[in-house]
Amino acid sequence: MAVINFITQEGEKISVEGTSGSIMELATSVGIAGLDGDCGGVCSCATCHVYVNETYRKIVGEAEKIEKEMLEFDELAKENSRLSCQIEISEKLDGIELIVARE
Amino acid sequence: MLDRYKQVCVIIGASHAGVYAAFALRKEGWEGKIILIDRDPNLPYHRPPLSKKFLVNGGEIEKFALKPLNSYHKAEIQLELGKNVQSVNGQEKHILLGDGNKLSYDKLILATGADAFVPPIPGLEVGKQIFTLRSAEDVKEILNGLAHCRQKQIAVVGGGFIGLEIAASLSQMGAQVCLIERELRLLSRVSCPEISDWFENFHAEKGVSIELGKELKHVKRSGDTFVLECKDGTEFSAEMIVVGVGVKVNLTLAKSAGLDTANGISVNGFMQTSIQDIYAIGDCSWHKNEAYGDMMRLESVQNAVEQAKIAASHICGNDKKLSNIPWFWSDQFDAKLQMVGLTTAYDKLCVRKESNSNSLSVWYFKGEKLIAVHAINHPKAYVLGTKFIKDGSILDQNKLQNPQIDLKPDLILA
Repeated sequence: MAVINFITQEGEKISVEGTSGSIMELATSVGIAGLDGDCGGVCSCATCHVYVNETYRKIVGEAEKIEKEMLEFDELAKENSRLSCQIEISEKLDGIELIVARE
Repeated sequence: MLDRYKQVCVIIGASHAGVYAAFALRKEGWEGKIILIDRDPNLPYHRPPLSKKFLVNGGEIEKFALKPLNSYHKAEIQLELGKNVQSVNGQEKHILLGDGNKLSYDKLILATGADAFVPPIPGLEVGKQIFTLRSAEDVKEILNGLAHCRQKQIAVVGGGFIGLEIAASLSQMGAQVCLIERELRLLSRVSCPEISDWFENFHAEKGVSIELGKELKHVKRSGDTFVLECKDGTEFSAEMIVVGVGVKVNLTLAKSAGLDTANGISVNGFMQTSIQDIYAIGDCSWHKNEAYGDMMRLESVQNAVEQAKIAASHICGNDKKLSNIPWFWSDQFDAKLQMVGLTTAYDKLCVRKESNSNSLSVWYFKGEKLIAVHAINHPKAYVLGTKFIKDGSILDQNKLQNPQIDLKPDLILA
């Protein structure tokens, strides 16, 4: 079990408990604004873009090549950008803060 | 004030478009009832994995649910699954359900999608060991059919996205797949020959037998096998056939209401049909694409989601305008094809083959204007293409097709 904290572009903080699956799936299951996951989690649409807070960046790990390429020229991309469909929930992520990139 | 709580919005069709419309209505401030109806008894699910992951791995379709059940409860969306709708009465504003009951509405959204099309070829009738793939139930039937094949010798009819994805999935499951296509190349309706050739080679390397220019004449059953005879006299045998030639838009309800239709249900920019308070969205809508200027029908997740938002917004009086560039994707074996834009009007191509990799991108131009990009194993080309199309950027086509020059905006902009 891990508590995942989402912070939307409107500044709202929403904490959700998750056990398995991807962060995107958890977010869409509770309807976090700005996290849509339109492609269903196959790294094709970039509608699940988040920024990972510094303390957790190493724990979350590096993006794979395909995800990096999807983000490289995204106008909202930053150093700490990730596509949340590619992040699996595990206990290590307990307490993580993710800022939602899109409105 | 009380009235708005009493209003009812009925949505027919609970796939991507219908489900997103229901949630978008709440987001836009709809305070009345929302009733979401579908003939499919399953909790609404993602359709793209049906021909890919779900076919290969099987399991429960709930794993691919668009939203968990409790989010419908939370948003007070009433789900009516496994229910048929017989007809729509746009004057009296009610629908007639399969069980004979009438249901009144204030606003109605048709998200009725499309059905798998089976070409009228003698002997090619869906039933025993002949399948189409459109729903979770169809996948279960295909898997069941596959289990009955001794040699796992399968014929897939159709070389478009659905046919190719089915062929790839079945092949990964150990089947011997023969894909039969009428045209002389794969993906002929949507892609240029370079993309077609790439996929033809790719599938052949993976062991799929690709048969082009083969127009089916009839299908005969002899014992446990089918013989597929083509017009040029060639014959193929298979223990099972999957037909993946495309869809036929579902217009039954629209016609029962007397709505204007063409190759879909005609709608304006707010997804309104020809009858007041009836909207049509997703695969079934015949709409004008603002970016490309043509009337069209699009079969895609992006189109479904976008039109759901537009209709919901208009119903709530907010009139949201959206005009994203259409995008699509297709996963086959370990290859990913990503597409942005529409290719119909292209007059010039720029093909970029990256050195030392299996990435290919094709850039479609109309004059100097970039109108579409098809990228195989090349997300960067897809993302940049999207950006350039949106911005209306002019590119240096010589530099673009030179793999020695990095794919970076400042290096390839004219």
